[in-house]
Amino acid sequence: MTSKQKIALAPWVFTLGFFLLWEAACRLFGISSFVLPSPLQIGGAMWEYRTQLTFHSFHTLWMTFAGFVLAVVFGLLLGLALGSSKIVHAGTYPLLVGFNAIPKVAVVPILVIWFGVGWLPAVLTAFLISFFPIVVNVATGLATIEPEVEDVLKALGASKLDIMTKVGLPRSMPYFFGSLKVAITLAYVGSVIAEYNASKYGIGNLMARASADFNVPLLFAALIALAVLGVAMYAITAWVEKRMTGWAQRSGFAAG
Amino acid sequence: MDEAFIALDRVQHVYGGEGGVLAVEDLTLSVREGEFVAVVGPSGCGKSTLMKLATGLQFPRAGSVRVDGQAVSKPVKIAGMAFQNPTLLPWRTTLDNILLPLEIVEPHRSRLRREKAAYTEKAEALLASVGLAGFGPKFPWQLSGGMQQRASLCRALIHEPRLLMLDEPFGALDAFTREELWCVIRDLQAARKFTVILVTHDLREAVFLADKVFCMSARPGRIIAEREITLPRPRDLEVTYSPEFADIVHELRSHIKDARSGVH
Repeated sequence: MTSKQKIALAPWVFTLGFFLLWEAACRLFGISSFVLPSPLQIGGAMWEYRTQLTFHSFHTLWMTFAGFVLAVVFGLLLGLALGSSKIVHAGTYPLLVGFNAIPKVAVVPILVIWFGVGWLPAVLTAFLISFFPIVVNVATGLATIEPEVEDVLKALGASKLDIMTKVGLPRSMPYFFGSLKVAITLAYVGSVIAEYNASKYGIGNLMARASADFNVPLLFAALIALAVLGVAMYAITAWVEKRMTGWAQRSGFAAG
Repeated sequence: MDEAFIALDRVQHVYGGEGGVLAVEDLTLSVREGEFVAVVGPSGCGKSTLMKLATGLQFPRAGSVRVDGQAVSKPVKIAGMAFQNPTLLPWRTTLDNILLPLEIVEPHRSRLRREKAAYTEKAEALLASVGLAGFGPKFPWQLSGGMQQRASLCRALIHEPRLLMLDEPFGALDAFTREELWCVIRDLQAARKFTVILVTHDLREAVFLADKVFCMSARPGRIIAEREITLPRPRDLEVTYSPEFADIVHELRSHIKDARSGVH
């Protein structure tokens, strides 16, 4: 086996080894499934509750996605405003930082008072927690335009809008797509927190109920589902980033 | 021609409001249309300020700046610019980078979409004239530093500006590439007769290319010497090894030395 093949195989072997070790430890020390269920017991729970898990996973996915889309639209617009106007930047930045400093779990009760228990608090929490990195990244991309490029265009009589669309926007795209990876993970955290506290559906809610029933294998099964979903969403945004901003990777392949 | 194309008259410029840095003071110079002018001086003497003033990117605190008979009150729109850093946009191909000014300047702006083929042909001809034939579809990072600088010159010239502003455009290149590009800009200027203001640290470059060299003092910058270069044109690189050439460079060198030590 070449070292390249070994590296390609390593993630699978290590993951499998991790679960084998876990299983062995549970059996060897006779750990009760009430404390730490073994991977086989978790697998059993996943199969047993497969319809519920699938249903609630899709619900969580929807909440996350809706909040994420809101965050992208709002974050992009606010980032453009911040990046193109020094006054807006100076004025709103402290507010933004202050707002971002609030742990979003603390906002959920307020959202529940306003909108009741349901899907809206989950979407809004996902949105509130994830727009900040998008704003900061887009604004940074715009703020770092080379002054020479600006001079070249200004001397030709370019308007601010021209400079924004020809240089600023394309330039901030790698920053923007880079921030999406962070934002999607945060949005996910937000929707699960809100579901846990204030929803009838979603993986978060399923966990809350499993926890109340002391159904530890189901809790762990839900955790695994969360991990799988999270990795999938991260992978998708990473792929989109690579597709959209190939020029910024500066590799020979990107020219194609 | 008696009428000056570019005329700066006792110009003063300050950066950073009251009590700011005095960049240039009592700066007076005039350039005729079609003339190739070089500006040399110690670093930080306000050469780049001169460029910004002449293109209407900045306006003087005192004195007047006139370009093409009109007082400058907004960006002049007839200028092309190139800098030490080629500043090509990495997400555009070389060809699209060169077409960028046409997306800004009228009348090209409104025609560009309809007559894309004609403009593309023009850009490719321009690329060929600087020795970059066939490099249009390449991205800037696939070009060497010298090639990027050639492309940057094309971008500065695509809209046929009457004025070309060069801010140390060859400063970051190796000696051989630099001399090659001297010849490129020499030939382009001979063919198209646009006016050039070249800001540089390189006295040989200034003497080889220019009709007239201005020496600036240390900050606050003003003109301390003006030297007509009467070497016959077309000039070959060989001329840079002639005694007349060496004498002019030497003479300019002594002006710079005085400027640095503050004799003036």
